[in-house]
Amino acid sequence: MWSFFHKLGSPPWLFQISGQILRWLLPITVVALVVGAAWGLLFTSPDFRQGNSYRIIYLHVPAAVVSLAGYYVMAIAGAISLIWKMKMADIAMLAAAPVGAALTFLALVTGAIWGKPTWGAWWVWDARLTSMLILLFLYLGVIALYEAYENKAAASKACAVLALVGTVNIPIIYKSVDWWYSLHQPASIKFTGESTIDSSMLYPLMLCIAAFYALFTCALLANMRATILDRERKTGWVQRLVSEDA
Amino acid sequence: MYFDSVSSLIAMDGHGAFVWSAYGISAVVLIALLVAPMRRRRRLMAELKGEARRAAANSANSLEAEVS
Repeated sequence: MWSFFHKLGSPPWLFQISGQILRWLLPITVVALVVGAAWGLLFTSPDFRQGNSYRIIYLHVPAAVVSLAGYYVMAIAGAISLIWKMKMADIAMLAAAPVGAALTFLALVTGAIWGKPTWGAWWVWDARLTSMLILLFLYLGVIALYEAYENKAAASKACAVLALVGTVNIPIIYKSVDWWYSLHQPASIKFTGESTIDSSMLYPLMLCIAAFYALFTCALLANMRATILDRERKTGWVQRLVSEDA
Repeated sequence: MYFDSVSSLIAMDGHGAFVWSAYGISAVVLIALLVAPMRRRRRLMAELKGEARRAAANSANSLEAEVS
């Protein structure tokens, strides 16, 4: 167990293992995304009230779900780097921020496009929508804060603190549709009790959510690999890698 | 398949513009998420290779200078 953590903190090991993971996870991700999108677009029936516009669900829900999961990854990695000064956790935190920001952006944009034909408005200052907008600003805040510092060790610390403080927003996002009167519908998929979505729509949605999780993992690892290479450029193992690759 | 023709697939009963723009924007963002870090790594690798080549050339030059 401890040797695993020890390895996890080793840049060459992480660089190598993440390359191996990407080699099979990346093709799986692409296939799952294409199949999931095609299934949702072509092979499901329209919603009986929303018609075909509901097909945006196959992008909107996965993007929103994984943007929240990504925030956990960023905050937990931030906590680990703050407490144990683990270099790789710091890299993971910084790698998660742009991916999470992009997925939050997607959730907001697809939501707006879905809102127009369904609610009659692109945007409303609703609790769910506003708390998701705050999530986007938290992600962008972490990125901007890191760029703002000259001293990168101090920058990482500040980013980790911001990421941790921002976690108060996460339960607000989850509960916003229950706490406030909201245009946004409550969750249709429930872990306890019966889901209020037909299985013909649930299965492609599940596939899309899994595909988005896989995509997040791929993008996170790819980001980490680039940063590891950059930070370790003066070390022997990178020099060897460079000469072997030539 | 639910749609019986390509034109009905594109139109989506009047929701086509919304659905297709959502899928288009998502495709662009998701592809960029995967391609950008890989391009960054490749560019970095090329840069490091260039540095290594220059360093090797420099040390070869200084070696020649010492010999002559």
